[in-house]
Amino acid sequence: MKPYLSIENLTQRFPDGAGGELTVFEDASFGVEKGEFVVILGHSGCGKSTIMNILAGLAEPTSGGVIMDGVEVKGPSLDRGVVFQNYSLLPWLTTLKNVTFGVAARYPDWSKAKVEEHATKFLAMVGLEGDVIYRKPSQLSGGMRQRVSIARAFANHPKLLLLDEPFGALDALTRGTIQDELLKIWGQMEQTVFMITHDIDEAILLADRILLMTNGPQACVAESVEITIPRPRNRTEIVEHPNYYAIRNHLVQFLGKRSKELSGRTAVAGEINRPETVRIDKTEPQDDPEDTRPALVAVSN
Amino acid sequence: MLLVGLLVWEAAIPAQKAVEELTEYERLTGAGAAKAGVPPPSQVIAKAWEQLSNPFYDAGPNDKGIGIQIGYSIYRVLTGYFLAALVAIPFGFLIGMSQVAYKAFNPFIQVLRPISPLAWMPLALFVIGDSEASAIFVIFICSIWPMLINTAFGVAGVREDWINVARTHELGPVKTAFTVILPAAAPTIVTGMRISIGIAWLVIVAAEMLVGGTGIGYYVWNEWNNLDLTSVVFSILMIGVVGMTLDAMFGFLQRRISYVE
Ligand SMILES: Nc1ncnc2c1ncn2[C@@H]1O[C@H](COP(=O)(O)OP(=O)(O)O)[C@@H](O)[C@H]1O
Ligand SMILES: [Mg+2]
Repeated sequence: MKPYLSIENLTQRFPDGAGGELTVFEDASFGVEKGEFVVILGHSGCGKSTIMNILAGLAEPTSGGVIMDGVEVKGPSLDRGVVFQNYSLLPWLTTLKNVTFGVAARYPDWSKAKVEEHATKFLAMVGLEGDVIYRKPSQLSGGMRQRVSIARAFANHPKLLLLDEPFGALDALTRGTIQDELLKIWGQMEQTVFMITHDIDEAILLADRILLMTNGPQACVAESVEITIPRPRNRTEIVEHPNYYAIRNHLVQFLGKRSKELSGRTAVAGEINRPETVRIDKTEPQDDPEDTRPALVAVSN
Repeated sequence: MLLVGLLVWEAAIPAQKAVEELTEYERLTGAGAAKAGVPPPSQVIAKAWEQLSNPFYDAGPNDKGIGIQIGYSIYRVLTGYFLAALVAIPFGFLIGMSQVAYKAFNPFIQVLRPISPLAWMPLALFVIGDSEASAIFVIFICSIWPMLINTAFGVAGVREDWINVARTHELGPVKTAFTVILPAAAPTIVTGMRISIGIAWLVIVAAEMLVGGTGIGYYVWNEWNNLDLTSVVFSILMIGVVGMTLDAMFGFLQRRISYVE
């Protein structure tokens, strides 16, 4: 049984400018289940955005493919909503029009009133109400702009929502508020989300599962770390959960050391390179009392 | 300021001598005829009053109201201009969207653009035959370049992100052109249109001096031939006012469609 979203043997190479080739990643394979919130974590330049552009259908991989809900991804589609790092709002439209623009594209047979009502509802869900929705993006703060972008994406009910470092350009306080809003809206919608970040705490707060990428070039998705912290999560409470620091340490270790060591590994031909599943759970009773290491259980699938 | 300037101008012009004071010699050399000189503002104002109170009179081919003459000029400018826009904007879109089209057409544009529009006049008169149509053609050819180049430039400069927004919303090529590329490039396009209308208004005066018959350019030239400098000064002012109005209209449009990123 294939996962809802299946990434299969994805390889991307670019000309390196000196006549040769730069392999960004090779034979990457992983899956995302329906309704899952998956975050991909890795250093800058390892190819996260490249993967996301392929998932969005905005770029073509050198080889390999993406299958979503049984259909191969070919080109962009309304089924895959994208929130870009730089918000990508249309500056000549008001906040409301930026959202109705998307809704009208998604539901062409809706009346104008219905489109506006739907857009207004989603803007309210991210805390944008009243006069502010008639302002142009240039009159909004960075955080508000990203909220509009998130509202636009959720309002379209895509099968898959892709977020490329959506909070990268925001200050820490604003980032926190919008993360909470994202969690809230995601909780209501059962939306499948694939998000890129390089912020460990953000990843733990939001994700069901974190995919860890090794450094580029020739990066790979090395591990899939389950976040064994129950929802609903709250940024102040999760730090007290017994699993929080264990998971966090594992991620810090990976990004600090192992992402370098594991990089450049060439894939074994013909073998499917699935990431290793890592499950860290200190709340589970330990079956093996001899194992004094932190409860780190590696399961290959 | 303006008032002081006008007073200085008025004072600087020596009053014409009354005919009775002239010597025999002066009378013989024809100085007795109304002397052509730069008219004082008072005369120009009087002329303006006379002309503007009845701008649309028509008393034969050489005596039409200023309103009619300006009307002819505006008609020619707008006809040539809109034909040019009709060609330049879609064509500019094509060149802006496609690297290949840009490379193919750019050399031609670069050669044709610096040609003085009036240099086309003899060819236009020969090929088209009709002086009216030739004047319109000259307007067409001079207003096409700024619009074409600015449209291509504006379209090529539309941010990739906005195009991606259109793509992820599955907008077709036509819808993308109208809902994303056009509004994104509009400020640059309208700047080109504003430059074009300015050039067209400059050129129409010269073109009408050449083809004659009607229009403000012809009127200026005709009044010069009549040695009626008051009318010449008055029409120069009118040319300025009309040009300013045309420019202000595009300035208004420019403010309407501009956006802050
Ligand atoms: N269109 C392209 N042409 C050539 N190289 C590219 C292109 N896009 C990305 N790259 C290279 O691929 C690598 C991964 O880029 P990217 O996916 O943006 O990384 P990340 O999002 O993880 O920071 C970088 O080394 C970048 O220079
Ligand atoms: Mg990136």
